[in-house]
Amino acid sequence: MHSGIYIHVPFCLKKCNYCDFVSYPYKDEQVKKYVDYLMKEIEMRAASAAWKDRRISTIYVGGGTPTCLPEDYLVKIIKKCFRCFYIESAAEITVEANPCTVDKKMFEKLLYSGVNRLSLGVQACSSRELSFLGRIHTFYQAIEAFTMAREAGLRNIGIDLIFGIPGQKLSAWRECLQKIVAMNPEHISAYNLQIEEGTPLYRSVQKGFVNPCNEEIELNMFWDCIRILKNNGYTHYEISNFAQAGKKCAHNLNYWFNGEYLGLGLAAHSYFNSVRIANKKTIIDYYEDLQNDCLPVMWYEKINPELEMAETIFMGLRLMKGLSLSDFYNRFGCRLEHTYKEVIKKLIKSDLLTISGDNLRLTEKGIPVANAVFIEFLP
Amino acid sequence: MERRQERMRNFCIIAHIDHGKSTLADRLLEHTGSLTEREMSEQVLDQMDLERERGITIKMQAVRLGYHAVDGQDYVLNLIDTPGHVDFAYEVSRSLAACEGVLLVVDAAQGIEAQTIANVYMALDHNLEIIPVINKIDLPAAEPERVKQEIENVIGLDCSDAIMTSAKIGTGVEEILEQIVNKIPPPLGDDDAPLKALIFDSHYDSYKGVIAYIRVVNGILKNGMRIKLMQTGKSFEVNELGVFLPAAAKIKELYAGEVGFVSASMKDVADTRVGDTITCVDNPTSNPLPGYRKATPMVYCGLYPVETVDYQDLRDALDKLQLNDASLVYEPEVSEALGFGFRCGYLGLLHMEIIQERLEREYNLILITTAPSVVYQVYTTDGNLVEVENPTNLPSPGNIEFIEEPFVKAAIMVPNEYVGPIMELCEDRRGQFKNMEYFGTNRVLITYELPLSEIIFDFFDQIKSRTRGYASLDYEVAGYLESKLVKMDILVNGEPMDALSCVVHRDKAYVHGKALVEKLKNLIPRQMFDIPLQATIGSKVIARETVKARRKDVLAKCYGGDVTRKRKLLEKQKEGKQRMKQVGKVEIPQEAFMAVLGVEK
Repeated sequence: MHSGIYIHVPFCLKKCNYCDFVSYPYKDEQVKKYVDYLMKEIEMRAASAAWKDRRISTIYVGGGTPTCLPEDYLVKIIKKCFRCFYIESAAEITVEANPCTVDKKMFEKLLYSGVNRLSLGVQACSSRELSFLGRIHTFYQAIEAFTMAREAGLRNIGIDLIFGIPGQKLSAWRECLQKIVAMNPEHISAYNLQIEEGTPLYRSVQKGFVNPCNEEIELNMFWDCIRILKNNGYTHYEISNFAQAGKKCAHNLNYWFNGEYLGLGLAAHSYFNSVRIANKKTIIDYYEDLQNDCLPVMWYEKINPELEMAETIFMGLRLMKGLSLSDFYNRFGCRLEHTYKEVIKKLIKSDLLTISGDNLRLTEKGIPVANAVFIEFLP
Repeated sequence: MERRQERMRNFCIIAHIDHGKSTLADRLLEHTGSLTEREMSEQVLDQMDLERERGITIKMQAVRLGYHAVDGQDYVLNLIDTPGHVDFAYEVSRSLAACEGVLLVVDAAQGIEAQTIANVYMALDHNLEIIPVINKIDLPAAEPERVKQEIENVIGLDCSDAIMTSAKIGTGVEEILEQIVNKIPPPLGDDDAPLKALIFDSHYDSYKGVIAYIRVVNGILKNGMRIKLMQTGKSFEVNELGVFLPAAAKIKELYAGEVGFVSASMKDVADTRVGDTITCVDNPTSNPLPGYRKATPMVYCGLYPVETVDYQDLRDALDKLQLNDASLVYEPEVSEALGFGFRCGYLGLLHMEIIQERLEREYNLILITTAPSVVYQVYTTDGNLVEVENPTNLPSPGNIEFIEEPFVKAAIMVPNEYVGPIMELCEDRRGQFKNMEYFGTNRVLITYELPLSEIIFDFFDQIKSRTRGYASLDYEVAGYLESKLVKMDILVNGEPMDALSCVVHRDKAYVHGKALVEKLKNLIPRQMFDIPLQATIGSKVIARETVKARRKDVLAKCYGGDVTRKRKLLEKQKEGKQRMKQVGKVEIPQEAFMAVLGVEK
């Protein structure tokens, strides 16, 4: 089976108003130190029995903003992975990038080091929306970054978008999609803005300064997104993800297939040998563990077969194609349609799930209320 | 008369809640050496946690005190505790029947309360000697002279010897004990006559069976004696006699005039009715004591376990509670919305709350309670009388000739300035003004006739909040009167929710129905479809709201590889869903029932 590596870069020039991922403000000193310790973690994990001889088919460097690091650091990280792990020749190697933190030279160096996919955080297409989100770039700069990546030779670029921004009109969202489609990226992720506790956005909503987007509008934005992107040659392959032929994100597909992966760096998550692991999420703790030659593990959780089935189902159902019943049988030795007979019967009756061929999948009615379907499969 | 009886006194304390009865009882115990200070955690007589927290006594106890009086003699004083709340007037009367005198405790700052008056009249009915005690004289707001005056004016009791005490700091305790000895007559009764003993309370012990608290009126009760309970006709052999000092102490015999407890392997609480007379099998008395009327439940409500698996536990818990509280009645009931539960009858609202709290606290049950209801007398068109204690069972409107509901005579004692708000409240609750009496310069006793159904729902709370806590209430049932009542149903998605059906006055139905569906609207989470909520009388819809369908429920974000976080979010959502009851197609959270039924915790 497929194995992936995720590497977290917990630094940003400025943290966005809606973001609740772990990230620190960029500081030269800090970044250097972090990369050193990251090297050490990579070595330790690569030497472990579980990862020593594995074939790695995807690497994903995410954040934070990986590209706020000087390009040499990024190259150093990629190279380290190649030296320590067994990376398949056709491996997908993605780096997340934000406009304003990139230039053509950086892209060239990354490409040269083996990076073959870029995930560009464009997020929105109007300056009002971008500044509302707390992004530091303009849409023009996003286009510039995209163009530089193309010029440098990147042939697989994904663009991240956010919809349901307070004050955003349906028409503005459609226009935004048209602008993005015109750029012709290979991949588009469109996420509905989530107002997470602990973020500045959450506080603004609590205080009544900001009115969250109306649910009905969000839903229409979602349907429009699917329609427009389909009309322009993109396959809607996961609830929030769209790709041109052959350009689905292999790294994320591995998550949705509930495959194994190794997370490296601050607050990164791993899943292998039926255990989920979360790394330390404050930088001091992370350093301290590694200094003491310990893996910086915050907690781990053993996943029993029952839980593994549930996770496989709710991750797999996120894919529009659904979840392969034969794959499920091969993996667990029992039939999904028998084990969850009553649940499936009920959900099919409510027109939320359907079985087509070998696949169990969400119906069009089920997609926007997927959580209500997923919870039925939890133990 | 026996010399022994001359040195014995049986008394109880009557007081309004918070006027310091339990503290005073503790001081008496302490002063007579029944307790060392170390043994005293505060308020020994209030045994249950709940009593201690609420500062009220629910279950009475009898304690024997030894007192060396100024006259040089040693006396035995039996203190019989009484509950201090309006719901328990009946239990007070039971305590009084076992005494020759009472201490009337009145708070020096608060003065006489409605409840005090009711209890004093009860004591006068029993021909008991009343010793006025003005308590809490240490308070800055104390006005003992005014209160003395008030007692004389209102009750007509001579207060020239009234004792000034502060149970808290212990002043006046000696004088109380002296007055008990000097003023309260010793018990009468003939040791040689056939045994006649009154059961004034009972208690169930899981090892010993029923323990009956008794007052021996005539004869001698001995260990090993064959006794007979005259009302039930059952016979038992006494295997333990004792008194509380306050710890239980075994003794061999209880003589005429004495108070104590008896255990006789009485396994069934129904065999030992409070108010029954115990006599000796070998030498029985021919005429039993008058006994008591059985307490009738006035307020009913449905009790349902939140978890259906707890049904049997709830039954067991109710069985156990009933062993110690014969006034609690219950029978199984099935609700479409709430599943299996029990319809329970209580003496009053406080009684209801106490039972519910004990079930939750002592038996770890989580319960849903339906709105309290009274017993309606429904006269049907075919000339029958049906008693209805559950609104769901009300006959259809076409078959009802008319409905009568219980009314109470409520006496509310308030300071002058709150007369307005109280009258407003009573009028709003369909009250009929009866009388208004002024006591002294500042206190007024207002009498209203009110439907019982109107006072079982937050009436006490309203009285308290409208008078900043200064008012007190006493009520007694006055009888049944005809009212224009209708049954209101609440329909969720077209299906009636039996647990929310209620009987309301016709003029109030619209407002009540509207409020109810509005409240429900905010409590029922949005689901996959629109849910209409309706309040109806018969087939007529009087109020309507809609819970809009939930259109979107999906996690967009990827969360990197943090699948656990995703799963946790889903688990939380599922948990919330599991706490809901499925009613037809609709899932309704427990909190919605609780909130609508007005039992928010």
